[in-house]
Amino acid sequence: MSRRYYINNSGRLKRKENTIFFEINENERKIIPINDIDSIYIFGEVDLNTKVLNYLAQNDIPVHIFNYYGYYSGSFLPRKKNVSGILLVSQVSHYTDYNKRLYLAKSFIEGGVYHILRNLKNNQADEEIEKINKLLKNLSDANSIEEVMAVEGNIRNIYYQSFNNIIKNQDFKIDKREYNPPTNPINALISFGNSVLYSVILSEIYKTHLEPTISYLHEPSERRFSLSLDISEIFKPLIVDTVIFNLLEYGTINLSHFNQDLNLSYLNDEGRKIFLRYLEDKLETTIKHRTLQRNVSYRTLIRLECYKLIKHLLGEEEYKPLKAWW
Amino acid sequence: MDLETLKEIRITGLKVNYYYICKRKLWLFSKNLSFEKNNDKIILGQILHENYYKSEKERDILIQDLISIDIVDDDYIREVKSSDKMEKADMMQVVYYLYVLKQLGIEKVGLINYPKQKKKKEVYLTKQLEQELLEALKGIEKIVNQSKPPKLEKLPYCKKCSYFEFCFA
Repeated sequence: MSRRYYINNSGRLKRKENTIFFEINENERKIIPINDIDSIYIFGEVDLNTKVLNYLAQNDIPVHIFNYYGYYSGSFLPRKKNVSGILLVSQVSHYTDYNKRLYLAKSFIEGGVYHILRNLKNNQADEEIEKINKLLKNLSDANSIEEVMAVEGNIRNIYYQSFNNIIKNQDFKIDKREYNPPTNPINALISFGNSVLYSVILSEIYKTHLEPTISYLHEPSERRFSLSLDISEIFKPLIVDTVIFNLLEYGTINLSHFNQDLNLSYLNDEGRKIFLRYLEDKLETTIKHRTLQRNVSYRTLIRLECYKLIKHLLGEEEYKPLKAWW
Repeated sequence: MDLETLKEIRITGLKVNYYYICKRKLWLFSKNLSFEKNNDKIILGQILHENYYKSEKERDILIQDLISIDIVDDDYIREVKSSDKMEKADMMQVVYYLYVLKQLGIEKVGLINYPKQKKKKEVYLTKQLEQELLEALKGIEKIVNQSKPPKLEKLPYCKKCSYFEFCFA
């Protein structure tokens, strides 16, 4: 069993013989057994050298780096060993064939909207559910990626408006979804959660044979690993939003966990630690899988989604997005 | 099938082994869609491979850039396996090695070691087994040339396979 390591402190990441350790200062170091590492997420100010990167690469361990405000900066990805020419060719052909691309783009949104509706149902937001259900017709009728994106945008607006009813804490109000940089705490939480999820998904994609730069809903040129963005549509409401609802409902996170610089809002160290701990718990929560007949974690569900995509691309089995059945 | 053809299709020992275990696994593996890396059993097998019979000098002998024989000693070519559950597949893998060696004018006897079960098994290249192997090689060629993976077929040992999650997700 290997785990994700989130580094919030400042210090130095080192290789000592056949293990990794994190040196906070001369007297304080944490030993991390190499076999226990799935991936590393760096939020603190960390020094590392090629010796440690080479060793991590040898063991197929990606490192994701976030800046001071908790925004995703980039990843160190070891040379990919899992490559399959035949899969790459079919991944590309599903992009160049517009109808095939449209099918996948719609599927990702379909899965995402299903989980949005699920969240709304759990919070008795009947009015919003009705509005979104009406918009769903437009999704199936959409003839272009732009139309799909537009429907998705409209659904998302309704969804985020409902946050104001779901979240009872008056300190967390959302007028509209803002992207980088968010100016209020609720947008800061959504942005932070989504960007961590994005790199978790990238790590899972990396374990499969999929090429993460070729995507369907988002343009492959949009961001480097846009397939992560595609798949994240399904999982954002299922994982990130439910964590946010929980943290705010019980007051686990409150305004004291945010820094406010000028017009910019972001989680401070303490807030980030709490959020990451709850997100990690969520990712490790298990569900009995219906066809596998075994317990799988939310994180494994992400990888299974990649497998389903591979089967679709190989022309084996039509891709149907995950729809939480529990 | 002559050596050149075998090299062209890149029929390795593992492919012969997989042919007898699961044709779908063979196809996926032949397209580099392998799932062995995340699997505990596979990692265990590798550790076993590295740590047993350390004193033997001739280990992991690559022949014709095609087959890799675990151990070569005076009497035998030897294959080490962690479990004896797939005896037929293991045997045909060794039969294939013997066949390749025969093409090179070398006559040997095969031996499969199951150190965990404290068990071994001799393998000879009989006329009958050679005939069976030739059929299998033709079968392998056919499968790896398919454009799609063979249909999913539920086998009693699927649950333990490293491809299980992929196949049944």
